[in-house]
Amino acid sequence: MSSQGVIMAEMQAPNVALPLVEMRDIRIAFGGVHAVEGVTVDLHAGEVVGLVGGNGAGKSTLMRALSGAHAPDSGEIRIDDRPVTIANPRDAKALGIETIYQTLALADNVDAAANMFLGRELTTRVGSLDDAAMESMTRKVMGRLNPRFKNFKTPVMSLSGGQRQSVAIARAVHFNARILIMDEPTAALGPAETVQVRNLIKQLKNEGIGIFLISHDIHDVFDLADRIGVMLHGKLVGIVDKTKVTTDEVLAMIIMGKLPGEVSQKELAELHG
Amino acid sequence: MTEGTGAAEDAARGQPPRSLRSLLFSMELDTRMLGMVALVAIIWVGFNVMSGGLFLTARNLWNLSVQSSSIAIMATGMVLIIVSRNIDLSVGSILGLTGYVMGMAQAVWIPKSLGLGFDQPYTWIVVLALGLLLGAAIGGFQGFIVAYSKVPAFIVTLGGLLVWRGLIFEIAQGQTISPMDKTYALLGGGPTGSLGEWPSWILGIVACAGIAFMLITSRRRRRKYGFPVRPTWAFVTVIVLGCAAVLGFVWVTNSYHWPEALAHQYAVSHNIAEPPGGLQIPVGIAIPVVIMIGVTLVMTFIATRRRFGRYVFAIGGNPEAAELGGINVRWTIMLTFAVVGILAAISGAVQTARLDSAVTSLGTQAELDVIAAAVIGGTSFSGGIGTIPGAVLGAVVMQSLRSGMVLLRVDSPIQDIVVGIVLVAAVGIDSFLRRRAAR
Repeated sequence: MSSQGVIMAEMQAPNVALPLVEMRDIRIAFGGVHAVEGVTVDLHAGEVVGLVGGNGAGKSTLMRALSGAHAPDSGEIRIDDRPVTIANPRDAKALGIETIYQTLALADNVDAAANMFLGRELTTRVGSLDDAAMESMTRKVMGRLNPRFKNFKTPVMSLSGGQRQSVAIARAVHFNARILIMDEPTAALGPAETVQVRNLIKQLKNEGIGIFLISHDIHDVFDLADRIGVMLHGKLVGIVDKTKVTTDEVLAMIIMGKLPGEVSQKELAELHG
Repeated sequence: MTEGTGAAEDAARGQPPRSLRSLLFSMELDTRMLGMVALVAIIWVGFNVMSGGLFLTARNLWNLSVQSSSIAIMATGMVLIIVSRNIDLSVGSILGLTGYVMGMAQAVWIPKSLGLGFDQPYTWIVVLALGLLLGAAIGGFQGFIVAYSKVPAFIVTLGGLLVWRGLIFEIAQGQTISPMDKTYALLGGGPTGSLGEWPSWILGIVACAGIAFMLITSRRRRRKYGFPVRPTWAFVTVIVLGCAAVLGFVWVTNSYHWPEALAHQYAVSHNIAEPPGGLQIPVGIAIPVVIMIGVTLVMTFIATRRRFGRYVFAIGGNPEAAELGGINVRWTIMLTFAVVGILAAISGAVQTARLDSAVTSLGTQAELDVIAAAVIGGTSFSGGIGTIPGAVLGAVVMQSLRSGMVLLRVDSPIQDIVVGIVLVAAVGIDSFLRRRAAR
């Protein structure tokens, strides 16, 4: 841990401002399996931190602790340098943390507006659902995100993968998130839609939102992230500044768990078989 | 929506459409509900033909409305339970226990134990409040166990079915409680427990105005946001059809007249000269049916216009998504059971009032009819799908079958066989149509 700490400090982006999010020494176990073992990461406003690693490396589990889906067993989460308790998704949302889950987490049997406002419905003065207002707002947001989206009255079950993804993204960005967690946001998308999502990520970053981006696609991460955190077997191998590493070096971190300084040229060459 | 394209063009031109399908599309009527209505119509006409015109009489339809009400009241709540992927097997026992306790309260506790006497003006309301409170407590307690301890609802309510029924026998010691409070007894219907001619017409007209008002308000709202609305002719047709159904029902209940003996008694006691052929007093809508309509409206409002209802459906669609969306899933689940407990208590009041007594067997096997009504009404066991009016229609289907077979003098075991087959067939056909529509 200590050697990683040093390297992290060296490689951190020269951002003097306080981090927006700090997760310190987070541990999560399922039964006897340590899914996340003492991971420490941080995120600044207007920054994209990519999280990469193989299947079961613990990226999604780590982020579920931040989004309130699964409380960590130990460790500390600080937002704006203040310790916070995130016991459930409501707590996370109250702190401005929004999540786009890999599964999208949509209620398939209701329409786009109902999903977008799920848990945060607009109501009339007497507390009844204001469906017309919600549909109107959804139309506006969708007009910006995915102008071809037209099926406002059908259950999201019958929408295409890309349209469903649009609904999940719309829900995350509409409520003035300060911190956005995106778990494989382009996995279900075609090329055109992927470009749209990439542009959206850049736009949100410029608006000052801090983004954790989980992805399998290392090129995606290099394109979008400022720093890249690599996880292996529940541990953080390290967080590196993307301008100071090559894709091969990151691959070595993912596969061998070795930091750029620790890996030999021979080993790097072997990555390509 | 593939079938909608031609219809949408028709609608866009503002022309009356060509085919029946596009006609229905323009009116934005729920085809499932229309299918249910058609099913009811087929059953009614079929029984009417087979019974030589005994089924479609004012008297039989009036009876049918009263008999359906108790199951329909509970079925509206069962929809929410099944939609959120649970089940409640205990409604019959809750109905029995709350009914018995309400009977005890008005026939023993208030008049004798407290020494306040029989037929006090406040008795019925105190008793009813007690029953509803008890129903909410029992339902909420079961819901608490389901939601917070993760014992499956099937098990919890199966236990409840036994426990609450057992409790009735413990309290009752085999006694039947009778008679009920005079005002309370009106809740059960019967010629005196009905609205009578003019109040029924007034209620019908108010209902028509309500339908028109709601449709116009929602249309105005959609206009305000610039959303598409159905063409004017279709809009007017829907209002006219709705009002015709309501007023037709009032007309039927008013065509049923007080039985001769009762009318004669009334004439004598009120010093009214009897015309030849006896006094004809229209019965009007029965009070339990008024209660059932009220419950249906309130439950539909809750299910479609309130957060609670939206959450119940979201939980049924995807429980994990609901939780991640920030919904308090456990609390919502607990409330659904409390709601069903309250509705079972209302049905308990209706049934004890109708029998004018509280018996230990009250509500036995009602859970089966209630679940069947919800399911025939289009509630899906895989969760997330179901409507309150559908369940009410489902209750009418169930009761129509039973009462029709009674008219045809079909033996009770054969009745059960037919109802069982219809239940499975209805759900089978429904899920087949749903799969086809999804493709």
